[in-house]
Amino acid sequence: MLRLRDGIKEIVRKTAISLPRDIEEALKAAYEAEPQDSPSRQALSQMLENSRIAKKAAKPLCQDTGTPIFYARVPRELSFSVVEQSIIEGVRLATESVPLRPNAVDVLTEKNSGDNTGRFFPEIYFEQSEQDTLVIDLSLKGAGSENAGTFYKLPDERLKAGRDLDGVRKCVLDAVYSIQGRACPPYTVGVGIAGTRLAAAKLSRGALMRKLEEDAVDPAISGLEKRLLSEINSLGIGAMGLGGNCTALGVKINHAHRHTGSYFVDISISCWANRRSRLVW
Amino acid sequence: MKNSALKKIKTPLSEKAARELRTGQNVLISGTIFTARDKVHGYLMNKRPRPEEMPFNLDGAIIYHCGPVVSGENGRFTVIAAGPTTSQRMQMYEPFVISHYGVRGIIGKGGMSSDVAEAMKEAGCVYLHATGGAGALLAERIKKVEGVWMIEEFGRAEAMWALRVEDFPALVTIDSTGASIHAEVERASKEKLTRLLQGR
Repeated sequence: MLRLRDGIKEIVRKTAISLPRDIEEALKAAYEAEPQDSPSRQALSQMLENSRIAKKAAKPLCQDTGTPIFYARVPRELSFSVVEQSIIEGVRLATESVPLRPNAVDVLTEKNSGDNTGRFFPEIYFEQSEQDTLVIDLSLKGAGSENAGTFYKLPDERLKAGRDLDGVRKCVLDAVYSIQGRACPPYTVGVGIAGTRLAAAKLSRGALMRKLEEDAVDPAISGLEKRLLSEINSLGIGAMGLGGNCTALGVKINHAHRHTGSYFVDISISCWANRRSRLVW
Repeated sequence: MKNSALKKIKTPLSEKAARELRTGQNVLISGTIFTARDKVHGYLMNKRPRPEEMPFNLDGAIIYHCGPVVSGENGRFTVIAAGPTTSQRMQMYEPFVISHYGVRGIIGKGGMSSDVAEAMKEAGCVYLHATGGAGALLAERIKKVEGVWMIEEFGRAEAMWALRVEDFPALVTIDSTGASIHAEVERASKEKLTRLLQGR
């Protein structure tokens, strides 16, 4: 699978050096909407200029080139382990050639592996697909925004948040307020609602992979997405937390059936760049 | 909030120069700055190396919360991307680092706590906010790698790099009077949040 390995290397490179189109357009719109000479407009202008420089010079947008997270939907005729090996090799090659910052640290020895591979690193999730093409989604998730992720158990007495969508709304607002500008806003906010922590976390992470224009299918959920986007932006935190009208570019919510006794709301935050891409093989 | 005119500053900073800076002021920094993040901060606080045990003098220095992407080998390093990292993680070390080593400026992102602001007020130091994620843009303002310390021990991302910069752009967001744009934004957003939580 030499070619797949090279395809992986290329998608990692592309994701590290260029913005997704929807994100770039949303940042431009946010820039236009901020008042002249405001710190937030200035920050947005630097983000856009940075993206132009990175793309042109083929350099990483950000020094934190992130944890590579792969979601692979694998056709029946291909084995998971072959895909896994190609992904690991592709990441190793991209680390050297782009270059990426080596981010994989052994928690026992505190040694950095130097090539972005190690125990369960990169992160890879597999799904069997009925299609005959291999589809791989990649997210390069920076630590600043990953550290901002959090979860709630409803009901939450402090927020007076009950077990309903209004309770979910309160959790998301509280989470964004709490992180302020520390995770590089304007954010994409991913929300997962489920009955176990793991399911909620997987759903909120997956929500970050949705395009900004892609609303939730259920009208009650997509309505909440729109309302939350407007309420988050009314908080006034702004680009880089310097005050302003654009704190988030999008809010994306995924939900699952929950256990009668549990109601988890998990929140994943992406920084302004939301580095994500898709490889169809 | 409007930005005032660009102010050029040079390292090392005197106490007077640091105390003259005010929140909302845009600065362009030239001279040598030193990267320091989690591991270096822990080392500076816990090991307290004497000046002769360090290759760099931090008196009047500006330190940069940054773990850069660096290519090349010893003596021929090139900085590829070098934006700020989240300063919050350095909060518990920073008051000590500022007062013990005489640091006059901290470049980072996301702001720092009231404890750090208090230490800055006491010592005469400012927080200089750089745009997070602007790694490629900010790397262009780094003209030379002048040296590196602790690269073997901490690795490239966590080592202390001495970087010569020209017109490195930042915004003063915490000054030596105790003013903090981060604290202001947080206060204003708290009022909004309270109203939104009361509504249905």
